[in-house]
Amino acid sequence: MKPAEKDNTIPSLILLTATRYLVPVLLLFSLFLLTRGHNEPGGGFVGGLVAGAAFALYGIAHTVHDARRLLRFPPRVLIGIGLLVAVGSGLFSLFYRRPFMTGIWSVVEVPVIGKVGTPGIFDIGVFITVLGMVLQIVFELMEE
Amino acid sequence: MGLLLLLPLLIPFVTAALALLTWRRRRIQRALALAGSIGLLVSALVLLLVVWRGGIQVVQVGNWPAPFGITFVADLFSAIMTVLGGIIAVAVVIFSHASVDSRRERFGYYPLLLFLMMGISGSFLTGDIFNLYVWFEVMLMSSFVLVALGNERAQLEGALKYVTINLVSSAIFLTAVGVLYSVSGTLNMAQLSVQLSQSRQPELITVVAMLFLIAFGIKAALFPLFFWLPASYPVAPVAITALFAGLLTKVGVYALIRVFTLLFTQDIGFTHALLLLIGALTMVTGVLGAAAQNEFRRILSTHIISQIGYMVMGLALFTPLALAGAIFFLIHNIIVKANLFLVSGAVYQLQGSFHLKKLGGLYRSHVGLSLLFLISAMSLAGLPPLSGFWAKFLLIRASLEVNQPVIAFVALGVSLLTLFSMTKIWAEVFWKNRPETAPAPKPLSTSVRLQLLLPVAGLSCLIVGIGLLAEPIFILSSQAASQLLSPAEYVTAVLGGTP
Repeated sequence: MKPAEKDNTIPSLILLTATRYLVPVLLLFSLFLLTRGHNEPGGGFVGGLVAGAAFALYGIAHTVHDARRLLRFPPRVLIGIGLLVAVGSGLFSLFYRRPFMTGIWSVVEVPVIGKVGTPGIFDIGVFITVLGMVLQIVFELMEE
Repeated sequence: MGLLLLLPLLIPFVTAALALLTWRRRRIQRALALAGSIGLLVSALVLLLVVWRGGIQVVQVGNWPAPFGITFVADLFSAIMTVLGGIIAVAVVIFSHASVDSRRERFGYYPLLLFLMMGISGSFLTGDIFNLYVWFEVMLMSSFVLVALGNERAQLEGALKYVTINLVSSAIFLTAVGVLYSVSGTLNMAQLSVQLSQSRQPELITVVAMLFLIAFGIKAALFPLFFWLPASYPVAPVAITALFAGLLTKVGVYALIRVFTLLFTQDIGFTHALLLLIGALTMVTGVLGAAAQNEFRRILSTHIISQIGYMVMGLALFTPLALAGAIFFLIHNIIVKANLFLVSGAVYQLQGSFHLKKLGGLYRSHVGLSLLFLISAMSLAGLPPLSGFWAKFLLIRASLEVNQPVIAFVALGVSLLTLFSMTKIWAEVFWKNRPETAPAPKPLSTSVRLQLLLPVAGLSCLIVGIGLLAEPIFILSSQAASQLLSPAEYVTAVLGGTP
């Protein structure tokens, strides 16, 4: 599918309308995947892929430029932030004098999500990294 | 204590991530790369000191006990290799400041370099065979991009060969890990060591050992799997070639030494005899190939292969002295090889070519650089009192001790031919008059000169230092060798008292 900015064809109305509904759903679904990932299928990686798909879809329906603006950060900054978040979650356990990456869990349960802990933060880091990675590649290819 | 073992991984990782955040800021990226590599070197040195004083260090990541979680282990051999990685990283980063063009710097040269260093340190420090595969991949992903970065035609051709052969090697490695897991039911190297030594199917294990030999043999450029190396190494920027030449093939050698001392010692009569044969053939073909080359970097690249042969020879003889010799040779060779490539890069900066025919007269205009080259080259050839002499002396003596005069003879002959190649470079690049077609050496600004010379001079000092202080280095390598030869120590350190 050609990006809309290359030729002056009118972007498909169906795609535009569908995107308006699909993007929020995809983003919500990606967060859902992220939060249930520890013990059930899901997690940061698939979550990041789905979120990446949402932005890619937006980019196809509108323009890459718009998608980049929607994302706010350049994708590679996201990769960097994600990596730092992931490694930071691992370092957290050092305050408790446990080896690197030992899971530290909260004592109280958070409603809906359940127990929160450093593996969750790690997953968030993975989520951001994968999102950045996917969009780095997709945006680059769409602009070719 | 646990964090210290992981610092050689975490420091490059964090600095690389920060470098991603400061993408367009060249100066910050440079500073981060320098900080990352110096941090790596310092943490590796401290680690070596701790291992030297306190024995093998172990970290169970995530606090999962040994055979189930991922273990990181630093014995002396790992720690020495990590230190060498740090030394080369610092030298290459400083050299890159002056020699890598801004286009490459803009496209993520420094973050990639740091990720590569993380992969290398990870390979040295992991105690899990599958995790080793993962670190190999981390290392290869970054190296793929570094080889191809710049998009020159010759580069893409070299990169294609490099990527293809390495993917084949990774596939074989992964297959071998899979078979090993199905035979033994574990991936932890310490537990594998226990399981394999009690195995009732030694034939099957020898087959797995051969798979590992092929996989690591491709990475280490052993005979007859070395053909990719002269095709792909000389096309990348010199700083990168120096890093690859110094470290990447040696990671393959490290992995070979690790698995053939810790895991596959059931059938030494077959496996290590084969290694000896391969070592000899690697030495000879490498040095003959180099004699036929007429380009600075190609000569050096082909020489990497012949030097790998010496290390494999030390592993194959499998005596304490021979292994100590192999480790000494690794220490010597990583520094010398990287340094020679850096010199070739400095020459390129001056005269704009790598072809021996188009170079000349540098002795007259640049005495210092010429002498620095001479130190490395003579050390590579093995002239006393430089580092290469002691490394080769140990290996040859070890081979005579176990009545293998043939390999000793081969090693000596190859040394002689190495000397021939090195004098050829010396005569053509430095000694002979500048050819009339060649441009006069470019005047370089002081900061560029400093950035080019500082790493070369520093590494040369190390080469001389290793030569003069051969005894402490020898004691260190023989300690490392004796640790390698008694896997029980490694196993107890990882699995605790009850293996």
